[in-house]
Amino acid sequence: MRKWLLVVLSVFLAMSMALVGCGSTEESSTPAESGQQEGNSETETGSTGENEGQGGTMVFGRGADSKSLDPSQVTDGESLAVTKNIFDTLLDYKGQTTQVEPALATEWENSEDGLTWTFKLREGVKFHDGTDFNADAVVFNFERWMDPEHPYHQGNFPYYGYMFGGYKGDEGHIIEEVKKVDDYTVEFKLKRPLGPFLNNLAMSPFGIASPEAVKKYGDKFGENPVGTGPFVFKDWKKNDTITLEKNADYWMEGAPKLDRLIFKVIPDNSARLTALQSGEIDLMIGLNPDDVEAVESDSNLKLFKRPSMNVGYLAMNTEKEPFDNVQVRRAINMAINKQALIDAFYGGLGVPAKNPMPPSLWGYNDSIEDYEYNPEKAKELLAEAGYPNGFKTELWAMPNPRPYMPQPQKIAAAVQADLEKIGIDAEIITHEWTPYLEKTGKGEHTMAFLGWTGDNGDPDNFLYVLLDKDNAKGPDAGNIAFYKSDELHELLIQAQQLSDQAERAELYMQAQEIIHEDAPWVPLVHSTPPLAGKATIQDFAPHPTGSDKFTHVYFSE
Amino acid sequence: MSQVMLEETQKTAVDPSAASGPWRDAWRRLWRHKSAIAGALIILLFILLAVLAPVITSHPWDGKDLYNRLKPPSSENWLGTDGLGRDLFTRLIYGARISLFVGFFAVMGSMVVGSLMGILAGYYGRWVDMLISRIFDIMLAFPSILLAIAIVAILGPSLENAILAIAIVNIPTFGRLVRSTVLSIKEEDYIMAARAQGMKDARIIFHHILPNSTAPIIVQASLGIATAILEAAALGFLGLGAQPPQPEWGTMLAESKDYIQKAPWTVVFPGLCIMLTVLGFNLMGDGLRDALDPKMKQ
Amino acid sequence: MWTYIARRLLMLIPVLFGMSLIVFSIIRAIPGDPARAILGEKASDEALAQLREELGLNEPWYIQYFHFLGDLMRGDLGVSIRTGAEIAEEIGPFLAATLELTFVAMLIAIFVGVNAGIIAAWKQATWFDYISMLIALIGVSMPVFWLGLMEQWVFAKELQLLPSTGRYNVREPIEVVTHFYVLDTIITGNWSGLWDVVKHLILPGIALGTIPMAIIARMTRSSMLEVMKQDYIRTARAKGLNEFWVNYKHALKNAFIPVLTVVGLQTGLLLGGAVLTETIFGWPGIGRYIYDAITYRDYPVIQSGILVVATIFVLINLIVDLLYAAVDPRINYK
Repeated sequence: MRKWLLVVLSVFLAMSMALVGCGSTEESSTPAESGQQEGNSETETGSTGENEGQGGTMVFGRGADSKSLDPSQVTDGESLAVTKNIFDTLLDYKGQTTQVEPALATEWENSEDGLTWTFKLREGVKFHDGTDFNADAVVFNFERWMDPEHPYHQGNFPYYGYMFGGYKGDEGHIIEEVKKVDDYTVEFKLKRPLGPFLNNLAMSPFGIASPEAVKKYGDKFGENPVGTGPFVFKDWKKNDTITLEKNADYWMEGAPKLDRLIFKVIPDNSARLTALQSGEIDLMIGLNPDDVEAVESDSNLKLFKRPSMNVGYLAMNTEKEPFDNVQVRRAINMAINKQALIDAFYGGLGVPAKNPMPPSLWGYNDSIEDYEYNPEKAKELLAEAGYPNGFKTELWAMPNPRPYMPQPQKIAAAVQADLEKIGIDAEIITHEWTPYLEKTGKGEHTMAFLGWTGDNGDPDNFLYVLLDKDNAKGPDAGNIAFYKSDELHELLIQAQQLSDQAERAELYMQAQEIIHEDAPWVPLVHSTPPLAGKATIQDFAPHPTGSDKFTHVYFSE
Repeated sequence: MSQVMLEETQKTAVDPSAASGPWRDAWRRLWRHKSAIAGALIILLFILLAVLAPVITSHPWDGKDLYNRLKPPSSENWLGTDGLGRDLFTRLIYGARISLFVGFFAVMGSMVVGSLMGILAGYYGRWVDMLISRIFDIMLAFPSILLAIAIVAILGPSLENAILAIAIVNIPTFGRLVRSTVLSIKEEDYIMAARAQGMKDARIIFHHILPNSTAPIIVQASLGIATAILEAAALGFLGLGAQPPQPEWGTMLAESKDYIQKAPWTVVFPGLCIMLTVLGFNLMGDGLRDALDPKMKQ
Repeated sequence: MWTYIARRLLMLIPVLFGMSLIVFSIIRAIPGDPARAILGEKASDEALAQLREELGLNEPWYIQYFHFLGDLMRGDLGVSIRTGAEIAEEIGPFLAATLELTFVAMLIAIFVGVNAGIIAAWKQATWFDYISMLIALIGVSMPVFWLGLMEQWVFAKELQLLPSTGRYNVREPIEVVTHFYVLDTIITGNWSGLWDVVKHLILPGIALGTIPMAIIARMTRSSMLEVMKQDYIRTARAKGLNEFWVNYKHALKNAFIPVLTVVGLQTGLLLGGAVLTETIFGWPGIGRYIYDAITYRDYPVIQSGILVVATIFVLINLIVDLLYAAVDPRINYK
């Protein structure tokens, strides 16, 4: 490493010396002072805390900016990561799990028929603008989201429609009515039972906004978010930084501990790590798998692993030859060395996938035995299926890193090499991200990589969305294997109608067996995306959903 | 009578096939021009590497080996290996093929189209000139890289489309150059004479005007190849040029930039290759300009 | 002179008009449905259809174009599809960020380039001349994005001398007045903030300034050599004036024209070429704004963004041409 540096450095030096001539003194004076400066600001940050708690500023580095800070209007992780800290939801996820716990609602109960849910709300909570949080606020928010006629239903509310079957007036819409019982009690009436209902309410898109602020800012609310969360929105420099400040009146005792939380955009992964190493930022997502080692060996840094709530997979288009043949699909399942992919391209951070849903979810069927990696056997299967000499096909890979697949192009190259070993000649095809989604959604591919990050921690959100026959229709298929199984469909629909978790889990276990037998995918990996931060960060536990609440986080001395 | 004289004057003036005269002078000047020689040597080196690649190295250019990822330079892998365990040196010399190919064809494209448009504008003047010049103005008003990005976005990312995009954005450079040369030649006596004689436009253009514009075009072409290689690398770096696993230098940089901390050689060498090749063409272009255009000579 | 300016401004109209049409049609030709780009992999059919309707994408293209033109006339740059924000509002800070960086890059380029060129000419055929001209040639041949990566690696990672990304130290917020942070920190008297901002400008400024620096150095040198042959320099020398000052004063005057040319040409290139530099250095500028917009198929942002950049470029060139006339009496505009 040092040697490298010397070579490059001398080139730079020669260049600057010759070009600048005697003027170069100016530049060489920069370093010393800047070093001091950097040091100063660091110590200052450590001690800028107010009287209580440790305080301090947390700078969080990430790859892209938020779209809007109105959580109900967005689907992108970069927006939700910020709004999660400005808004609270009725229920929240407990620790690093997807079990729900009280947040703005303190207790809840379900009627016998599963159609009525009653929530008691937390009292004495105030929005950042000083107005009261109460049943009226909850009703206002839900009506704003669900009712296209509502005066403040401005824009799109994608997650609402997606999780609750559309909007008021739509046939599939699940919520009949949300009504105030008293100031701190709300009642939800459903048209039919919805298994994942509570999990849905804990999702950060359903953060409760201040009705007064929504009325005041109208369609500019996304740039002036007001919630009840642990941090108050301060300032947004687009494509650069979003600054939040401590909510001194937060309802949770002694929280939050940080004085300021800053989200900073640094598009390039390596540059972001450099910024962390030089102290410009404190915590970062999007660590290159190959830099995991460097972080682990640096005593100033700490590695955090986000529990997996995703799956990266290789879908085989079952409507096209030869993938309509289950033998071929199983052969391909045996041809791919998942562990080698994880070691090489995930920095070892991931688990080989054998089911379409991650093990962190309830209902995961661990008794299923994955197809073993065995190229010889795969070859035999291919021969039995009538392809003793393999065949030519296409292997589609997305152009850009995704959380479930940090290096899709390289993974594609490795899988291509694996397939070659059993005689399959696959050409790698890439399109830009948006056209890629469109084309795979229409079924133009034969084999394609894709993945999914869970929304609410419910198995339905994986199995139904990705493999049910309802979703195997173009032009926007979620099931890009175009796998259609009536048996599976019945199980999944049945599970949607139940609200008892144990009963549902049983059905999902069966569903996973069917999927395993039919092998429409090669489930590849459940990644545990790594984060890197200063070693002094305490009580930070990354959540599987990908948006983290910094309520309890602080810096140790 | 005048016909004969016309041919005469022209031949002695600038006919490229003539064994004596300015072209030979130019050659001599070029030969004495040290930087031009250096440039030519660099280009020659890369051409040799590109052509002889299979002989020089025993590694395949896409030979993946996941167990030998990111290995530092050694006697086995002279410049180390990349993120898929492929031999970097091998990929770089195969990459020279791509870059030279891109440079050559992109410039050919813009040269042919640009020259034609330039000649039309310069020769016919009036509304033709008006129209073509405005088109050039508009094209030049766009930052070229953004225009190229937009074109590639339409056509889809690939090496061929990147070449096309680069060719398109460089058309005005050649067009304007040729137009101004044509404007200055058009008024020369022998062209006037040919016209007066009723010689066909096409003949005048191809036999008299075009040969007289070659010198500046050659100079511009050499410099243009340098630009084209840089632009192709930039597009490749943005993921809009050659697609993996093709060993295009810019694409290689994009694939490797994540390894800059762990395996700096994967980033340093492709960049050096781009720089050296471009430097070669720039040196060459400089030399050619000095040699072919005595007015510019110090 | 005034009629010349008026004529040039009039000529801008068809150019801008043509540009708007080209930009508009290029964008529509890009495959990829903006509705899909916005809603991503979790979009439902109905949501997509509804969004398309809202965005007016179902209307024929010429209607869309006329809407676009009409809005432009009123100074309305449209609304970003992705963020829903007014582009005219949103674009200001990005433009300021890029202009600030471009300005600094140009400053570095001019300062270093002119001086290196003058000294190289003055010391013609010495080692300084050879080396600086070789470096200038290397500079012209530099893949800027690679240079940026190398700078970061060496100066930010290994030596930890300079910050690698962003415009300022986010821990010490800057009071924003004009969005040109150098100015802002001066206006508010925030001297440590100013120092921070300057430090953040150095690495990207050098990366972006390398090519114009090299070009300016080469042009200054050759125009200097031209001038040094002229009589009045010889006379001055004969009179025994301090040799360096003779060279330097005249040189500066004469360097003006080539520098002006380069500034005119390169500023436009920098505005666009900043895409790569801005990505590498996490600079929230307009190049990245437009590039991201292409990825997201954010039509209004792409078309308005490119038009704004192109207009600035055209205006800079106009100013450069006018300055030529002001500086060089030989150029005469009718």
